[in-house]
Amino acid sequence: MAAKRKTPVKTRNPDLIRGVGKYSRSKMYHKRGLWAIKAKNGGVFPRHDPKSKAPAAAEKAPKFYPADDVKKPLPNKRKPKPTKLRASITPGTVLILLAGRFMGKRVVFLKQLTSGLLLVTGPFKINGVPLRRVNQSYVIATSTKVDISGVNVEKFVDKYFAKEVQKKKKKGEGEFFEAEKEDKKKLPEDKKEDQKAVDGSLIKSIEGVPDLKAYLAARFSLKSGMKPHELVF
Amino acid sequence: MPFKRYVEIGRVALVNYGKDYGKLVVIVDVVDQNRALVDAPDMVRSQMNFKRLTLTDIKIDINRVPKKKTLIDAMEKADVKNKWESSSWGRKLIVQKRRASLNDFDRFKLMLAKIKRAGIVRQELAKLKKETAA
Repeated sequence: MAAKRKTPVKTRNPDLIRGVGKYSRSKMYHKRGLWAIKAKNGGVFPRHDPKSKAPAAAEKAPKFYPADDVKKPLPNKRKPKPTKLRASITPGTVLILLAGRFMGKRVVFLKQLTSGLLLVTGPFKINGVPLRRVNQSYVIATSTKVDISGVNVEKFVDKYFAKEVQKKKKKGEGEFFEAEKEDKKKLPEDKKEDQKAVDGSLIKSIEGVPDLKAYLAARFSLKSGMKPHELVF
Repeated sequence: MPFKRYVEIGRVALVNYGKDYGKLVVIVDVVDQNRALVDAPDMVRSQMNFKRLTLTDIKIDINRVPKKKTLIDAMEKADVKNKWESSSWGRKLIVQKRRASLNDFDRFKLMLAKIKRAGIVRQELAKLKKETAA
């Protein structure tokens, strides 16, 4: 077998139509320089004898044969690709959330996380939506953009949003009824600080645009006569 | 009710069906009872059924089947574009197009403006009512 090249060779014979090249065999002989290879090798094509391989080690008979012939499943070499982000969604785009607790709210898109989910913030002071992950499919991208240059979103990854693991409590008989009464989960202070840090510069750039603050505070809803397939977002 | 807009050479019409929907074209020749040869500065001269056209009030002065350059010059001379855009029909179409292209944010701003205007009107009305009541 001839040695494989790292990059495939670009053909010097462009296709006129699939299956029909522009140049004939004789022209291609000249183009590829086969005449020069022949000339260098004294009028014949160079011959490479196959390399002598070292004799393969003799295989021993296996010790164990399984009772039934079980088919092995084919190996799955599939690597999941990162979710493709819609071209209309760029950092700073105003998105409309379509489902969930914040249905209809208009929020600012920050970045796409490695899991494919979109990192989004209200800002919290404006419409009550905190730093949150949202799926691309449940979102309408509008063409309104907010200036997001002053915001640092490096530290937010999927792990930041993971649920806290509850330590298992051993239920004694007497403590059965009291143990259920857990106090309400409070939001840790550092998350509140993160929210304030992100929203600080965002709110400044939002207030620079007239009416944008009220726009983000309002919810989106379909009114009579609005046809979603005809609306320009 | 007599007809006021006639199919004649030089009549400007609006295409209301098909690939060239919404374009203003000039009738350049009549092929038969149902079809006209139609031309516009930005399209290839072609035949169109009269059912696809709506006649406008605008007419330009051309000979039968003029050259493209002559047609364009005649349209400039008659100022078809400005006449159309200042007519109420033309203005309506422009407004419709503008409304259809509004952004979600634009629609929001429009809503605020409408509310503001209605508020001012209501204030003035209340003032007038008070005056007549007094």
